[in-house]
Amino acid sequence: MKRIGIDVGGTNTDAALLDGDKVIAAVKTFTTADVTSGVRTALKEVIAQAGDAARDVVAVMIGTTHFTNAVVERRNLGRAAAIRVSLPASASLVPFCDWPKDLAAKVNGGVYLVEGGHEYDGRPLFPMDEQAIARAARQIAKDGVKAVAISATFSPLTASCEERAAEIVRNEAPGVHVTMSSTLGRIGLLERENVALMNASLIGLAQETTQAFVDAVADSGLGAQLFITQNDGTVVRADAAREYPVFSFASGPTNSMRGAALLAGVENAMVCDVGGTTADIGCLINGFPREANNVVEVGGVRTLFRMPDLLSIAVGGGTKIGRDPVTVGPESVGYRLGQEALVFGGSQITATDIAVAAGLMTLGDPSKVAGLPADFVKAALARIHGSIAESVDRMKTDATEVPLLAVGGGAMLIPQAVPGISEVIQVEHSGVANAVGAAMAQISGETDRIYRDMDRDDAIEEARKAAIASAIAAGADEKTIKVIDIEDLPLSYLPGRAIRTRVRVVGEAAALTQEVPA
Amino acid sequence: MNTLAQRSPSQTHRTLTSDDIEALAVGAWILGTGGGGDPYQKLLNMRLLYEAGRQVTLMDPLMLDDNALVAVLSNMGAPLVGQERLSDPEFALKPLRMMEEYLGRKFDAVMALEIGGGNGVHPMMVAALTGYPVVDADTMGRAYPEAQMTSVAVAGLRCYPLTMADIRDNEVIIPRAASWRWMERISRKACTEIGSVAATCKAPRSGAEVKQHGVLYSVSKAISLGTNVLKARAEHSDPIEAVLSSTKGMRLFDGKVVDIERRTTEGFLRGQTRIEGLDGFAGKELLVHFQNEFSVAYLDGEPIVMTPDLICLLDTVSGDGIGTDALRFGQRVSVLALPAPAVFLSEKGIAAVGPRAFGFDLEFKSVFEESNT
Repeated sequence: MKRIGIDVGGTNTDAALLDGDKVIAAVKTFTTADVTSGVRTALKEVIAQAGDAARDVVAVMIGTTHFTNAVVERRNLGRAAAIRVSLPASASLVPFCDWPKDLAAKVNGGVYLVEGGHEYDGRPLFPMDEQAIARAARQIAKDGVKAVAISATFSPLTASCEERAAEIVRNEAPGVHVTMSSTLGRIGLLERENVALMNASLIGLAQETTQAFVDAVADSGLGAQLFITQNDGTVVRADAAREYPVFSFASGPTNSMRGAALLAGVENAMVCDVGGTTADIGCLINGFPREANNVVEVGGVRTLFRMPDLLSIAVGGGTKIGRDPVTVGPESVGYRLGQEALVFGGSQITATDIAVAAGLMTLGDPSKVAGLPADFVKAALARIHGSIAESVDRMKTDATEVPLLAVGGGAMLIPQAVPGISEVIQVEHSGVANAVGAAMAQISGETDRIYRDMDRDDAIEEARKAAIASAIAAGADEKTIKVIDIEDLPLSYLPGRAIRTRVRVVGEAAALTQEVPA
Repeated sequence: MNTLAQRSPSQTHRTLTSDDIEALAVGAWILGTGGGGDPYQKLLNMRLLYEAGRQVTLMDPLMLDDNALVAVLSNMGAPLVGQERLSDPEFALKPLRMMEEYLGRKFDAVMALEIGGGNGVHPMMVAALTGYPVVDADTMGRAYPEAQMTSVAVAGLRCYPLTMADIRDNEVIIPRAASWRWMERISRKACTEIGSVAATCKAPRSGAEVKQHGVLYSVSKAISLGTNVLKARAEHSDPIEAVLSSTKGMRLFDGKVVDIERRTTEGFLRGQTRIEGLDGFAGKELLVHFQNEFSVAYLDGEPIVMTPDLICLLDTVSGDGIGTDALRFGQRVSVLALPAPAVFLSEKGIAAVGPRAFGFDLEFKSVFEESNT
């Protein structure tokens, strides 16, 4: 079965065509300011390279760091209003109170605290003030804010306040997009609300981007289905992804790590993925990235949902290098590498120029960097090496020596010897490991239900069956499905014993040739 | 041990910096042994209060007049609830004002019921609002779920009166209770009724009582523990080792959380977690029970550590405490034991907070005794 994986990074857009586990064609192109034309170019080039082999491609999997970069770089974010149903509790810690000030200033589209919410045992905390929600909705619409995040006390257990508030907002302000926190996160009002607010601020970008991807695939003439990769290394259909851009936050590094594991044939290792803007360092356990414990910060905001444990440092092919004194980053030329780097005729010294000058790679016009003094090149490279080695060491959890998989367009910047590392493996096709990871991403299935009068084990078993059924419906091969996450929450108020159980499973894509039910 | 003689007058009262507060939150969370609530929200409130120009003075307990009146403050309830009903300084202040009105007298200082978890930071919010100094002491040296599990209860001091408030317009005063256990039962019922979270002001203590029966200098201890962990993180050295070296603790287990079972009953979060061994502990399994805090751990079926020894589950990489409400499948944790405050190792102490107090039919045996023989 043939698939194309595309990874849209801050600097490069890569594509790989896989037949099973075999890479048939791989290309590397620049990310464009509009993102889409880069995807179209990558798709066109990989199809051309594969020739006849591209004809029966059944699925295109796209992973993008576009949404994370939007938050980190504070670009393309929409304003989002917050309606929190919690008063009279939780008044001192208002929405956005723990956000970096610059980001809050950009995103905050109004904060509305409203009476209501639930207790943990299902009793209303306070009667919900529906009038206040209606007033808030009208104000949000009047302010021209296009998205709202609704949170309510204990909504993961009892979502009715959020659901009713969403209904009121949709009635009063039909043009305003609603994100409910209960659909995204777990217990932890502030962090769940943060995820919802981020999702709301990205919704415009997500809808635009996803539609552009759909169009690009349709125009390629492949007749393939489009999937978008998610934080945990699985894929969902494009229509599901457009509502929840936050679930695609960390897909770039995840894809890269999974791709590296496949390409190197190593399942337990450290991975360093040097892209154009950053180097992401993670730890692979049995082919999947180690997950972060608890809270994960995105662009300086605390969030609480499943994300890979990654350390990102400002070292990439596009990282700006200062000469006097020698500095590395943190700024990057980003997707303008093709214009700004010395080897491409620009005037900014980048890490790529250092790599070319040091003879680590050939790219562009090497004569343009011939004039850089040798001791400066050496000093800059030493700084880059030191920073990568230290970060790899930080992400290791014990002293055992493990291999380090070097991947990404900037993999040549990784030193050959790193303390605590048994060997540095330069992975074949490493420049497109992320695209390979996207192409091999598995299909997920999830269920989230309340079971009554059932033992915990029986409830989990029921939920497992339901999750498997949903994965099969989305195109997963039944024989390959395995459980990746089980979570249960106590619900002591419902009649009889009640337990809310979420189960998430993944499976390899079955032959995607038949139509997948919507 | 700090004594008056060793401290200059300027050190008997010191203004806590915002760095001290940050370190306190880290240290208190570790000493919380999974309970006392995640300090993050209280820290966030403190950051906002400090930004608004408020600050807190820490006071040497030995400087208290014998007749001084000290408010013992805490938030009570299930940690899970605190994750959804966010902490609020005004809410924390209510029971103190109730108590002052009830007694017809102002307090001289405030202190924490327990230094563990968010409750170690809790009185700081009240101090920042009122200007009262915070006494460098608490009554547990860690976190425990119930009222009779304090140094002042073990000493047999008076258990009443108690004031309690919720975020609505409900206020509860318990003028008298027959015993600490009765106080616990009555206040717990009231707490459950208002949503399993309440701000309280426990039986006020005299300066003499604090000096004689408090767990002294626990605030400084938490600040210094937190400072060491933050320093280890900044230097990329092992934060777990930093905890061990600054507490005389012991590493019991490294592993991965493979199962968590929780239930919220009567305002407590009860349950157990299974941890599969990694690295040097591969092939072994640790089962840890909790009632708000971690109470007993079994290694391959054998009890190896139990309260009052402190059982701390820390994030293996960051050294951060992990709350019983925040345990998740796949987490990599290190399990540490820290020595208990001496008051709990007495016969009365073991009766109040030993394994039997948590429903385990086990004879208390300290992991530290074993290691000394």
